[in-house]
Amino acid sequence: MTADPVQHTPTPIRVRSVGTRLERVDGLEKVTGRAGYAVEHGADDGFDGALVAWLVTSTVARGRVTSVDTAAAAAHDGVVAVLDHTSAPRLADTDDGELAILQDPQVHFRGQVVALVLAETAESAREAASLVEVSYDVEEHEAELTEEAATYRPDSVNPAFDTDSDTGDVDAALAEAAVVVDEEYRTPHEHNNPMEPHATTAVWRSDGDGEVLDLVDSTQAVHGVASTLAPMLGLEQDQVRVRAPYVGGGFGSKGQPHAHVVAAALAARHVSPRPVRLAVTRQQMFALTGYRTATISRMRLGADADGRLTAIEHRVFEQSSKVKEFAEQTAVPTRMLYAAPNRRTSHRLAMLDVAVPSWMRAPGEMPGVFAHEVAMDELAQACGLDPVELRLRNEPDVDPETGNPWNNRRLPECLHRGAERFGWAGRPAEARATLEGDWWVGTGMAAATYPAYRQGGNAARVTALDGGRYAVAIGAVDIGTGARTVLTQIAADALEVGTDAVDLEVGDTRLPSASVAGGSSGTASWGSTIVAAAQAFRERHGDDPGAGAEVLAEAADDPLGTDVAFHSFGAVFAEARVHRRTGEVRVPRLFGVYSVGRVVNPVTAHSQLVGGLVMGLSAALFEESWRDARFGHVVTQDLASYHVAAHADVRDVDAEWLEESDDAFSPMGARGIGEIGIVGTAAAVVNAAHHATGVRVRSLPVTADHFLGGR
Amino acid sequence: MRAAEYVRASSAEEAVGLVAGNPDAAFLGGGTNLVDHLKLGVARPDLLVDVRRLPFGGVEQQDGPDGPVLRIGAGVPNSDLAADPVVRGRLPVLARALLAGASGQIRHQATTGGNLLQRTRCVYFQDVTTPCNKREPGSGCSAAGGYGRYNAILGASETCVATHPSDLAVALAALDAVVVTLGTDGERRVPMADLHRLPEDAPERDTTLAHGELVTAVEVPLTDVARRSTYTKVRDRASYAFALVSVAAALDLDGDTVREVRLAWGGVAHKPWRARRAEEALTGAVLDEAGIEAAVAAELSDAVTDDQTAYKVPMLTGATVQTLLDLAAEETA
Amino acid sequence: MDASIRLTVDGTEHVLDVDTRTTLLDALRERLGVTSAKKGCDHGQCGSCTVLLDGRRHLTCLALAVAYDGSEVVTASGLADGEDLHPVQQAFLDHDGYQCGYCTPGQVCSVVGMLDEVKQGHASHVTEDLEAEPDLTDDEIRERLSGNLCRCGAYRGILAATRQAATS
Repeated sequence: MTADPVQHTPTPIRVRSVGTRLERVDGLEKVTGRAGYAVEHGADDGFDGALVAWLVTSTVARGRVTSVDTAAAAAHDGVVAVLDHTSAPRLADTDDGELAILQDPQVHFRGQVVALVLAETAESAREAASLVEVSYDVEEHEAELTEEAATYRPDSVNPAFDTDSDTGDVDAALAEAAVVVDEEYRTPHEHNNPMEPHATTAVWRSDGDGEVLDLVDSTQAVHGVASTLAPMLGLEQDQVRVRAPYVGGGFGSKGQPHAHVVAAALAARHVSPRPVRLAVTRQQMFALTGYRTATISRMRLGADADGRLTAIEHRVFEQSSKVKEFAEQTAVPTRMLYAAPNRRTSHRLAMLDVAVPSWMRAPGEMPGVFAHEVAMDELAQACGLDPVELRLRNEPDVDPETGNPWNNRRLPECLHRGAERFGWAGRPAEARATLEGDWWVGTGMAAATYPAYRQGGNAARVTALDGGRYAVAIGAVDIGTGARTVLTQIAADALEVGTDAVDLEVGDTRLPSASVAGGSSGTASWGSTIVAAAQAFRERHGDDPGAGAEVLAEAADDPLGTDVAFHSFGAVFAEARVHRRTGEVRVPRLFGVYSVGRVVNPVTAHSQLVGGLVMGLSAALFEESWRDARFGHVVTQDLASYHVAAHADVRDVDAEWLEESDDAFSPMGARGIGEIGIVGTAAAVVNAAHHATGVRVRSLPVTADHFLGGR
Repeated sequence: MRAAEYVRASSAEEAVGLVAGNPDAAFLGGGTNLVDHLKLGVARPDLLVDVRRLPFGGVEQQDGPDGPVLRIGAGVPNSDLAADPVVRGRLPVLARALLAGASGQIRHQATTGGNLLQRTRCVYFQDVTTPCNKREPGSGCSAAGGYGRYNAILGASETCVATHPSDLAVALAALDAVVVTLGTDGERRVPMADLHRLPEDAPERDTTLAHGELVTAVEVPLTDVARRSTYTKVRDRASYAFALVSVAAALDLDGDTVREVRLAWGGVAHKPWRARRAEEALTGAVLDEAGIEAAVAAELSDAVTDDQTAYKVPMLTGATVQTLLDLAAEETA
Repeated sequence: MDASIRLTVDGTEHVLDVDTRTTLLDALRERLGVTSAKKGCDHGQCGSCTVLLDGRRHLTCLALAVAYDGSEVVTASGLADGEDLHPVQQAFLDHDGYQCGYCTPGQVCSVVGMLDEVKQGHASHVTEDLEAEPDLTDDEIRERLSGNLCRCGAYRGILAATRQAATS
């Protein structure tokens, strides 16, 4: 290991590979299935003879475990151990209510971990888990989100925004407004559902060097897992090694460790030195691995007769878990999207006996912009204005909330270009104007926005190898975004060598510290740090370094300051078709234009933006985690009852971006692209469905029922 | 999954004997539903009798007492049945129902017999932590008052509001197919209309078959009316989803007038719903939208809906209108 | 209760003992260390575990291994000869028909099996004329591949890859 990292302020790089196509560097491993995901590691990786761990989860929503009868489970063939709150290893820190499992008899939500079984095979573990008999003292629970129940005011909303905002006099402005839209919009609970279920392989070793917990985890942040787990387990962070060579998607749900990782660690400690494999079942994921909370948005927009906004009010009612607070920042994007002199936002939570909500792709922006952009469509209709024109009329000169200048707000160009490429012009002004065959046809649009983030706490190492090659190391994670590929390109350009001269290593806490693959911040945060390390390396070792020359560097403290507003923008256009007899909804076309800074790799960027649009389409039409308040858990807890878009649902979906480089934001000129594709998409679909049918849907998903007089 | 003994049956008689003699035994065919249930704990057999390799594989045309029939072996995979030239040419509703079901992979695996005997996808039936009269008689029905989007609107009882999920069964109901079974008392022929049952006070029983009675074949009359037939499946997702409602229909017109019509619905009841009242209303009348709507309304006069299932009435009406008008257009074309 | 079965996996014959409860998927992944077939849902609802079983695309999570004694399994790994890829796999690379890679081996096997079904003249849910030779339009491809979910939303690339593989 190199000594302390040097601080270096990265400067803009000369792009050569950046901005050009490069096939994913891990493609061969993926298309053959040879890529090893979290529970696909055996003897070669130090996990010989792993036991299978199976979680036993609570069947009540609130209460106390009074007894756990493990006799039948323990007697089952192949079972090695059954752990519950009386027998599991103790945690050193139990402050995190979601993670502190098997430490006490309290049940906080239905589906919480109350025991676990360790067995020689998955078949034995599964059966034995069903034989564990847990008795409870049941207490009454609350599991239903209503506006009335949402009275709790959090100190801040995710990650650290003000809970409320109030500028000007909204009520007076609404009273005087020529046009008012006053409606309620709802989004349901939604689950991330990456294709790879959350899973961990763990071994707890004690040797001459002391204790080490070695994990392969399906995570978006290896260092985040280590730093969270270590204090809970009474270990130093360097005693916890976490690897994530391949991760089968995350979409936020693997951004922070959930309870199953703690379960795997406790199990591994109990059977040390035998390794343990724990894969959460798809059904268990609906209680244990986070989800997007349902939201209720009360929107009030006031405008003059020309559609210029005079007042914007967005009051949000949502829910969280009593055992751990997570406050989705649903109204935060409303603070900056459009100009209006009078603005007010608030967030109130119902604290319930339910599973713990967390990050899901564009938390805040996804439900918040849905509400705002459907309301804008209603305002356009009320003012008799084209929806695109309405947005253009309300374009703010500066960030309305802070008064800061925009770094690079190009929403109008996205709107213009999107309208042109989609063929927006000539669309009937009236809704329910076009019937093709048996289908009502309409088009709709929405704006999209997402803040540009660069995270601190990153370091990267550059080492000269023989033959003009370089090893570049950072503990980043490629969850399918293409990070391995784009970081290779960034490193190559920063070192001014070809991409094939770069050996990039990611996904291991033994590599320099890296921030989470989340908040659309990965490429900018990690890439800037790699640039810093490469530039520091060249400064110290020149262009012809000897093998072994090395630099470990951090990007110097955030150069961005707080006096400029950094955001990405986009415009989404959709065509919707609604069957006039059955109400079925189909989306034949979906198109987004984005301003996201410089695109590092057009192949992976296109896939990610389109992937975001597809997830937005899926949320628009299908996704709903239906919680049965009587029981307290989501009953649509599999992929047959929680529908995500299938291939047949995804027709002509495409994305483009403006050519640009945001050199003020990162030395590559790039901002982030992971999340913006899902923002606004559901609103565009809802608006298109309204244009097709004249039926205004204000709650997701937009199912056939809405058009048949129901729901 | 409970530990279970596995026996590959060497004959149908052996299979029937083994299962009939053990209340905890189950036939294993394609396994697409049973293996699912083994993992969920919905089914906990201690003996699995594999009937997949028994010689029930053929599809052949035969002469029956009332005309030609297509005899389909119970073990024929859904994909092969959909690809059969006679099915494609003379029983399009059957091919279409099969192709609307599940996915390409599952259709290779799922069998004709197994498809008919698959169980409801009611989320509470599949969640052993919740009460369900079908899974555990007497425990209560969670679906009534719970997640109800897929619930029945016809023929439900206080004990159960589940719907039958098979597409194939709906087509076979419209086609007046006969299911051939082997039990301990020998062979039996069960008209499709009598195979599945309404829940009444025994929702744990999906069919009228005895435990250990094995479906060996399905016979489908090759009628003229079936030549002009189709299947409409309405669902949120465009593919790989169970029906919200579905319509199997066959139509024979004399000019504008209905000479014969067959109509069966899926997604509305504990069994494929043969809409005989609607058929009667339509037969002999001029086929038009208003007439179809009235016929559907007659059939649905006993329908019971709530705020989650109310949509099924207009959806089913619309799907039936669409299906019959499309068939009529096909005929004139 | 254990049973001894014989499986040929990616060209290699194995004789192995399995629990009668062991699925083909777990036999591959847990007993043989063949992890190319992925476990996405374990209930036949996602398609990640798709392999070619005796030549046809098949889910392995809903198949008990003991019932497939003597069968031949080809996974996405076995479709390639080392680094020499199957044309379908190459097409996935060419069109970026994947992101996280978890559903990808199942998608690849599904495409290979689907193209064979088309050659045999199988119709699909969206085929207009059930008796005609299938014309592999984009809508046909989308429908026929709908049993393989991709949460990254790589369907556009998968479609393009399939089109390329179908016409090359």
